[in-house]
Amino acid sequence: MKTMLKTGLSAAAVSTLLFAGYPASAETIFLSTQARPIEEAEAMRNTVLGAFDGEVDYIPQEDGPFLNRILAEAEAGDVSIGLVGALHGNFPVLAGADALAPVDDIMSSLGDRKLIGTFVELGKLGTDKQHYVPWMQASYVMAANREALQYLPEGADVMALTYDQLAAWSANIQAATGERKLGFPAGRKGLMHRFFQGYLYPSFTDSVVTEYRGEKASAMWASFRDLWKTVNPRSTSYDFMQEPLLAGEVWVAFDHTARLMDAFNQRPDDFIAFPAPAGPEGRGFMPVVAGLAVPANGPDRAAAAKLIDYMTQPETQIATLKAIGFFPAIEMELPDDLPRGVQIAGAAVTAQSASADANPSLLPVGLGDKGREFNKVFMDTFQLIVLRNADIDETLDRQAGNLRKLMEETGAPCWAPDEPSDGACPVK
Amino acid sequence: MISEKTLPYWLLAPSLVFLIALFAYPFADAFIIAFQADGQWTFENFRTMADDINFGLSFWNTLILVLIVVPLQLAIALTMAMMLTKIRAGRDLVLYVWTIPLGISDLAAGVVWLALLSERGYINTALSALGLLDGPTLWLSYETPVALFVAVIFAEVWRATAIVMVILVAGVQLIPKEYNEAAEIFGASAWQRFIKITLPLLKPSLQTALILRTLLAFEVFAVVVALGGRDLPVLMGEAFLWQFDYRDSGVASAYAVLILLISIAFTLVYLRVLRVKEEPQ
Repeated sequence: MKTMLKTGLSAAAVSTLLFAGYPASAETIFLSTQARPIEEAEAMRNTVLGAFDGEVDYIPQEDGPFLNRILAEAEAGDVSIGLVGALHGNFPVLAGADALAPVDDIMSSLGDRKLIGTFVELGKLGTDKQHYVPWMQASYVMAANREALQYLPEGADVMALTYDQLAAWSANIQAATGERKLGFPAGRKGLMHRFFQGYLYPSFTDSVVTEYRGEKASAMWASFRDLWKTVNPRSTSYDFMQEPLLAGEVWVAFDHTARLMDAFNQRPDDFIAFPAPAGPEGRGFMPVVAGLAVPANGPDRAAAAKLIDYMTQPETQIATLKAIGFFPAIEMELPDDLPRGVQIAGAAVTAQSASADANPSLLPVGLGDKGREFNKVFMDTFQLIVLRNADIDETLDRQAGNLRKLMEETGAPCWAPDEPSDGACPVK
Repeated sequence: MISEKTLPYWLLAPSLVFLIALFAYPFADAFIIAFQADGQWTFENFRTMADDINFGLSFWNTLILVLIVVPLQLAIALTMAMMLTKIRAGRDLVLYVWTIPLGISDLAAGVVWLALLSERGYINTALSALGLLDGPTLWLSYETPVALFVAVIFAEVWRATAIVMVILVAGVQLIPKEYNEAAEIFGASAWQRFIKITLPLLKPSLQTALILRTLLAFEVFAVVVALGGRDLPVLMGEAFLWQFDYRDSGVASAYAVLILLISIAFTLVYLRVLRVKEEPQ
């Protein structure tokens, strides 16, 4: 009896799987690497896509199976997927295998959608064709306790700071309070490496890999070492900056929006969020951009275009923000009924990506399982130069060697803001 | 099948299986991983380990820590063991209280000391209240490596002296009273009796305690992580980081092999120096 029941159950499971995998042809299959947790996937299906006039089957998948399925379908010439959604880093692989159909026509049909120009540019993947339409974004921003604002240096606009102004501000705070209240997430689980890769290096060298060492990089590390003198020394144990911000240990901090959200939500009147500072090469920042693309030879291009149009409408963008916490990829005012934390962080994210001197840097692409070693190169340099006061040029020479070895092992080509490369991204 | 002759082997078998499955096999595996990269036999992992910015630092930190902590613990544990021999009433109670740290995991011990020593901890608060400190003072940071080191020594001594003491107490109890009584009759002072009788007869226990404690001291990890995070690199901590943060089992295993080699070297030294000579017949 038990065995029979088991067999019956697994047969049922198999048939469910089969039907889920091959839905009726009128449905558009929307394959995505985002909103994978079950609550988020349900929210995507029911609230975000609920108002769409048409049938959509939203299938979230891990990066590996996601890429495999699209590439396998493209190779077999039997494409069932109507629309794909993923982070920027996945698209070069798909475009490189000719698995995507450019979406220039769909872009132009969106008209006055006000997609953020920086992201539209990224969506071209360094070519003259539009490979994806920007879908949504997350990012790293700065947060400050309102108490700190009185110490801003004269003439500084907190929404458009420079690194020099940040240093002066932090020094002012220390002079006035006797405490070092600028903080960075340099703990073991903190995201400090993203600050170097996406913020400091692009702002000072307009590069992440190629200009790893050199005059600009040396000057950058020297000024960051100076800045660090006013940084709270507990920073090497901070993982999520919302905690020291709420505790009052830190007044000004850098972190991922998701890791600041508790501070904004718990005490929205005490904290503000603002864009990261700018350096000589612009306002380096690391957007986590997701895009929407259409597979080549897909089943129904018109349906995909209609879905893209729907996903990029302001109402849908807000619904997406509420459902999965990613911010709009279009320039828009956020409504008042959002949670306060989301409003605070959202304003900073939008201001940062839409700022005139924006210099976006992407998550590392093409490193495969060597991503952690890539991060280690940046964090080791930080440890040596800033925490252990090592010679800057010697350290950079040594670490540039490690970085070059890593790039050559993985063969990863350059990504923005570095110039595109044939083969492994060179380290000067 | 189970005769009186084979019974001991049968009784030993489960522990043997346990040791092979959960110790010898993983160990041999780690050894192989340490000498392999991309399926090839190589010293690459050891080269990466030696080139790493934290290698020299973690090696010296660990060594200095062992050289300070182990003798300190030995001295304290000996003192405690000798004191216990003089206590009549309440001896068991004192013994139990002294062994409490043995029941606490090393991570918990690290967290306890973190609560004591952090800039908002009890000691800071107490010293500030007494006017001995101007305000919350940060001791556990990369800026104050000596203070951080001292904190780790405190925590390690507090946590792991009890195991040395337990071994020594057992050893002291095995020393026949007659020797001491005879020496007393001949007018030997307490210090002379300690040096000439207790210490030599305690050699086997000292050997056991030192080997055990030194091996564990080379594996010091949780206390350091709790108090210093990455600011005080030690060998075991680096092995952990390479395994779980950088996801490179090869280099992590290389660290494990290095710790093993150092441990073997120290054990051999102890076995040689504290050798108990056979009584001449």
